[in-house]
Amino acid sequence: MNDMAKKRKLILIGNGMAGVNVLEQLLKISNAFDISVYGDEPYPNYNRIQLSYVLEGSKTLDDIILNSREWYEENGIELHVGSRIVRIDTDKKLVYTSAGDAAEYDALIIATGSKPFILPIPGAGKKGVIGFRDIADCQTMIEASRRVKQAAVIGGGLLGLEAAKGLTQLGMETTVVHLMDTLMERQLDETAGGMLKAELERQGIRFLMGKRTTEVLGGEEVAGIRFEDGTELDAQLLVMSAGIVPNIELAQSSGIETGRGIKVNDYMETSAPDVYAVGECCEHRNVCYGLVAPLFEQGAVLAKVLCGAQTAPYEGSSVSTKLKISGVDVFSAGEYTDRPEHRVLRVHDGWRGLYKKVLLRDKRFVGAVLYGDVTDAPLLARLIREGADMTEELYQELFGGGQSSAQGCCGGGKTSIVQGMPDDEIVCGCNGVTKGDIVRVIQEDGFTTVDEIKAKTGATRSCGGCKPLVEQLLQYVLGDGYQDKGGGKKQGICGCTTHTRDEIVVAIREKRLTSVREVMMVMEWEQAEGCSKCRPALNYYLGMIWPAEREDERESRFVNERLHANIQKDGTYSVIPRMYGGVTTPEQLRQIADAADKYNAKMVKVTGGQRIDLLGIEKKDLPAIWEELGMPSGYGYAKALRTVKTCVGSRFCRFGTQDSVGMGILLEKKFERLWMPAKFKMAVNGCPRNCAESGTKDLGIVGNDGGWEVYVGGNGGIRMKEAELLCKVKTDEELIELCGAFIQYYRETGNYAERTSDWLERLGLEQVKKAVVDDLELRKQLIERVELALAGLRDPWREVTENEKLQRQLYQAIEVTAE
Amino acid sequence: MITQEHLGYRAVGRRSDFPAGLGRTVRLGNLELAVFHTTDGELFALENRTPHPKGGTLSEAIVSGHFIYCPLRDLKINLEDGRVQAPDTGFAQAYPVRITEGIVEIDVIRLTDED
Repeated sequence: MNDMAKKRKLILIGNGMAGVNVLEQLLKISNAFDISVYGDEPYPNYNRIQLSYVLEGSKTLDDIILNSREWYEENGIELHVGSRIVRIDTDKKLVYTSAGDAAEYDALIIATGSKPFILPIPGAGKKGVIGFRDIADCQTMIEASRRVKQAAVIGGGLLGLEAAKGLTQLGMETTVVHLMDTLMERQLDETAGGMLKAELERQGIRFLMGKRTTEVLGGEEVAGIRFEDGTELDAQLLVMSAGIVPNIELAQSSGIETGRGIKVNDYMETSAPDVYAVGECCEHRNVCYGLVAPLFEQGAVLAKVLCGAQTAPYEGSSVSTKLKISGVDVFSAGEYTDRPEHRVLRVHDGWRGLYKKVLLRDKRFVGAVLYGDVTDAPLLARLIREGADMTEELYQELFGGGQSSAQGCCGGGKTSIVQGMPDDEIVCGCNGVTKGDIVRVIQEDGFTTVDEIKAKTGATRSCGGCKPLVEQLLQYVLGDGYQDKGGGKKQGICGCTTHTRDEIVVAIREKRLTSVREVMMVMEWEQAEGCSKCRPALNYYLGMIWPAEREDERESRFVNERLHANIQKDGTYSVIPRMYGGVTTPEQLRQIADAADKYNAKMVKVTGGQRIDLLGIEKKDLPAIWEELGMPSGYGYAKALRTVKTCVGSRFCRFGTQDSVGMGILLEKKFERLWMPAKFKMAVNGCPRNCAESGTKDLGIVGNDGGWEVYVGGNGGIRMKEAELLCKVKTDEELIELCGAFIQYYRETGNYAERTSDWLERLGLEQVKKAVVDDLELRKQLIERVELALAGLRDPWREVTENEKLQRQLYQAIEVTAE
Repeated sequence: MITQEHLGYRAVGRRSDFPAGLGRTVRLGNLELAVFHTTDGELFALENRTPHPKGGTLSEAIVSGHFIYCPLRDLKINLEDGRVQAPDTGFAQAYPVRITEGIVEIDVIRLTDED
């Protein structure tokens, strides 16, 4: 409390996504500010890009609120809603509200957003003429739909079409009036625009193309519009959606430099000292953005600038467009109209309604338009942004082979195993689902994907080991029908999204997303807060990509990784301390024995990984037993390095050629605590007799007279697999380097929950060899990145024993005594 | 037949005692509850026992909107009514929660099974 006086005063004008995002990013790295927020609208911050869902009725206002009033309270932010700032005194560093109050600032963020462009035509001020921009507009539209029948939307761009769709959904006869002959003509070519129009007409929207509106008709309220050619259209509600205008009046009248928007440099600084601007109100390098993605990138830079941290400059965003109308998939990026100088690659399938066009200049990707199937959108967005060259591989991936690059792991003739299986044989051993159960839902419910079968029967839900069998059953029952579906329809990482792991990882990097919620928002998750599948996965990917900057999100972790102990079926926990290389001391054993006694361990067991497990510990006792043990966490509950199993080696064994114990301890100490896609087990052996069983480890090392052999991708669990020889090395130093590079390569390319055995099968040993062994430059980079990730790790048990609030909130129950 | 008897609201703590986006166990005499603080700032209470026949607690669940995912076997449960979502079935007893001047209060319901 004493440092309150030293805090800097930060004022945010505009309580929308752009401004609040800056605060969220700032709060993650600093608590040096006293923050006040002034917002025009009488609501907390909500997700403006989802207004179209509110309009079409698939979401309520509450669903799209991003920051509840409690969020502001909990973070000590003073929120003034319905309060307008009318003047900024940039010399005295004061802002004035419309009520005449003044407030001082040390730093000021302007995030006033934009407003719809209202055509300057006679009658534009009549009642019933609105934009589509905020909750009030939505409410006006919903109300109007109850009273009147006909609506007109001026503007056939992204927002106009979303508004029209919503109004149609509300039961209104809706006509879109567009000045041009092609819809979304700033993103689509004629073909895609035409396909889009046909589909929307099928969904009930009417169109008047090539029409210039010259007058709004009616008395006090709008009754219709008149066009340049003299024709008229009846409408009792008129939505103007012909573009947006940045809100710059406040900045302008306060003497801050403006153009179309408020001018900012690469650090989001305006012309006035300590005044910044972000989002749709600002103009950066002559560009005003009207989409959501750039504001996260701008926010990340500004948060760092505010607290004086080092940051790369904001150099502009490459924007691509997606339409948010159900049943219509449209994507566009870069140049979209083909000209003579372009090389045009085009596929147009009028039967299935698919269109794909890629524009190259020489070999370079410069633009793309997709309609119907947007699977390749993230890849194309990246290629265009980077100005990449077309290669034979890329061509194959985008246009070749027929099948998309999805996980086509089932070949043609693999159905024989399931064919001969009796109906009552169990396919999913975890959930007791038989072949008969699965065949029945495929036939009776018409299911065609593993996910649907999972949702109905539970098969594949727990360990996932039976997924290949379920896939084969699908193929067996559906025949060719399965291949078609599997090839054409991609599956997202869970039921909340259609995005694949690779698309998500690219988006996190490119859009600089730093929290689970940002990913879900930008990538338009169907379940706003995700599920038990995607939340931990996103948390992992974020931590892998931003090891230094980002704080782990406890609430997105499974119970075991959140509490750093393994929950058992009776609600007690197991405690496994580190015992490096499986080596212990009498003193350590005494400590363990004492702790087991004191906290009533129900069982003391030697684990398969050469250490000791104390079972049956009460949750409330966990911090105390850790303190008592005085040993670091063994991570026996986590997707991380579990154990390094060793044999005795040259220190005692008469066959030993290498010091396996010494190397095992060294490797365990080096790589402990590192988060991985899945659990990770290692072994180090002193001779080829391999007593510590390297063949079933994720990373197994076998010593011999001249050095070490490195085996990878073994598994002794759900699906037995023998490890493969990655390489041989001569020195200890090179061994340690190789282990680091291998681990980091797995961390960066593995799917969440994918063990190295499946990962290696997917990538192929050759690719892994190339990256980790052959390419020395890449190896060096991998090592640098793994070192960076390792640098930020601390023992989680210590973290808890030193933090009373954590102990209370996570481990202790609230006891209310009976009256 | 199961009958419900409302024994009235009992104070169990302040809002800040409940970590946002997570659950916490509350013991009220013999009754053990899992109280969840959702990201929209609301609080919900369920009996701290998974409806899964093999048993286990709920307070360590992952919270998503007004749903939780059971920490042991991943059942998806609606916090508003305690109902388990398909493909699984069953339900956990839900207890009404209200907040009065920052104090969280839970309506204690006694269930009696009279055959």
